[in-house]
Amino acid sequence: MSIPTGLTIAVPRGALFEDTLAWLERLGVSTGEVRTNDRKLLFEEVGLITMRPSDVPTYVAAGAADIGVTGKDVLMEQGNSTSGGTGREVYELRDLGFGRCTMVVASVAGPDRAAEALRRLGVIRVATKYPRVAAAHFERTGRQVEIIEVKGSVELAPLTGLVEAIVDLTATGTTLRENNLVIRETLAVCTARLIANPVAHKLKAAAIDDLLERSRAA
Amino acid sequence: MRPRPPWRGARRPRTRSAASAFLDTGGVRYRAGAMILPIPSGTRDVLPDEMGELRTLTERLRAVFSEAGYGEIYTPALEYEVVITRGALGGARPAYRVFDENGEVLVLRSDMTVPIARLVGSRYQSSAPPLRFAYFAHCYRGVRPQRGQPREFLQAGVELIGAPAPVGTAEAVTVLCRALDHAGLARYRVGLGDAALYPDLMEALEVPGEMREHLLRELAHGDFVGLEAAVGELSIDERSRDLLLSVPQLRGGPDVLHGPPGPVADAVAGLRAVHALLAPDVAERVIFDLGLSRAPGYYTGAVFEVYDPAVGMPIGGGGRYDHLLGQFGRDLPAVGFALEVEKLHQALAAEERLSEA
Repeated sequence: MSIPTGLTIAVPRGALFEDTLAWLERLGVSTGEVRTNDRKLLFEEVGLITMRPSDVPTYVAAGAADIGVTGKDVLMEQGNSTSGGTGREVYELRDLGFGRCTMVVASVAGPDRAAEALRRLGVIRVATKYPRVAAAHFERTGRQVEIIEVKGSVELAPLTGLVEAIVDLTATGTTLRENNLVIRETLAVCTARLIANPVAHKLKAAAIDDLLERSRAA
Repeated sequence: MRPRPPWRGARRPRTRSAASAFLDTGGVRYRAGAMILPIPSGTRDVLPDEMGELRTLTERLRAVFSEAGYGEIYTPALEYEVVITRGALGGARPAYRVFDENGEVLVLRSDMTVPIARLVGSRYQSSAPPLRFAYFAHCYRGVRPQRGQPREFLQAGVELIGAPAPVGTAEAVTVLCRALDHAGLARYRVGLGDAALYPDLMEALEVPGEMREHLLRELAHGDFVGLEAAVGELSIDERSRDLLLSVPQLRGGPDVLHGPPGPVADAVAGLRAVHALLAPDVAERVIFDLGLSRAPGYYTGAVFEVYDPAVGMPIGGGGRYDHLLGQFGRDLPAVGFALEVEKLHQALAAEERLSEA
């Protein structure tokens, strides 16, 4: 028995998927069909749509979904809270606590090649899937970097000499360790966030507040 | 009965211009090898079908503005930067600058409120207030790439100068609703808050000065998680913390104006006074929103935004800017709003689709 929320909720597939569904179950939203059917994307009867995490802010900002769940890393990279201008394409309502990861600078174990590059060459080459976050971090700390955006396994880049360091998200550090990489700096701790469309936040205030209330109780 | 969208039922003009020989509206055909010369992203060409609908829409808005006594004006798209940034009250920063032949910096206006403040200071130095102006003008803002944001957009709005709160505010909100009604928009709501509310609250709760801007920024970004973290770091009592977090979440009908306690009493009383002056059909459009804040820093009192369920962002907004005119030599309280005509058009088109379904 599903309690209707009256909202369209964007659910991230991938690492946050299971925790998000569990959270929705605790709120009384039935997620059985979402679990069993991994091809279907739109579950109108329960008001859920599924997509990759980095698309969640896009759908929510446009109002195609009223609220959604995504990682803080995605929000940081897409510049919701750091951008200039009006800078509020989505509201960040709640830290859901799960999906905890750390955004780190890492480089090959042993003497830090990034430090050496900075000392001798004046610039560090950094591979990342988060170019904006990485650029902002090094700018803030007064170091010159050349950002190289990669789409796949970032760990490969320093091992092959493409770069001296990476900026990436790590949950347990296992992948880093297995690739002989060590964490040199920690940028931020990222957890799953509940985000809302600013217009839906006003027009569907009761439904959203009710959901927040249920979430607090759950 | 609600008014029909302006172009419904009317026969669309069948135009066969030179352009439509290339672009057949029933299934776009591109001529292979035709020369396509690009225009900047965030700008666009408007062709006759859309232009006709936009024209109908702006005529309807113009009729309401005119009926309410607002005289239409136009100001140059290019202004001197030193003039337009005068007062540095943090309006939307102009994104486009050029040097003229004398080396002066010219900017493309980013809104009409500041140019009208300049106009009033220079051209209406001794006229008895209130002054009422309406405008239909393109404004220019920088965009973030690949977000579908326009660089150039058409604003339709009014400025009411020399009419203090709450009477002036109520008039502006009323004109806004009448204009949207006459445009044929059925589902809109107007969010009404007060830009002074949260600063008052922080003042009353003795939030340290250096933290206030930070909290305001989190609130303006809608980052309630960041707000909670920042409030958690303040050395104030539990009840004050709770107020800083719960007050900006209050939004809804007039009953939200009866809950909040002492520190925000002034701002809330101001909103109640506006509410009392609104006709019932206008009042029922209003959502009171104690967390509403708008980007330009010149707002001093009531602020409002227009929402429609079909568009994921506000389709217009405005507020009181009681100190801006003083920067331009005529110290008068003022209030105004601007509608983004293209977004309003999108909302109307969505309602039309909805009613056909």
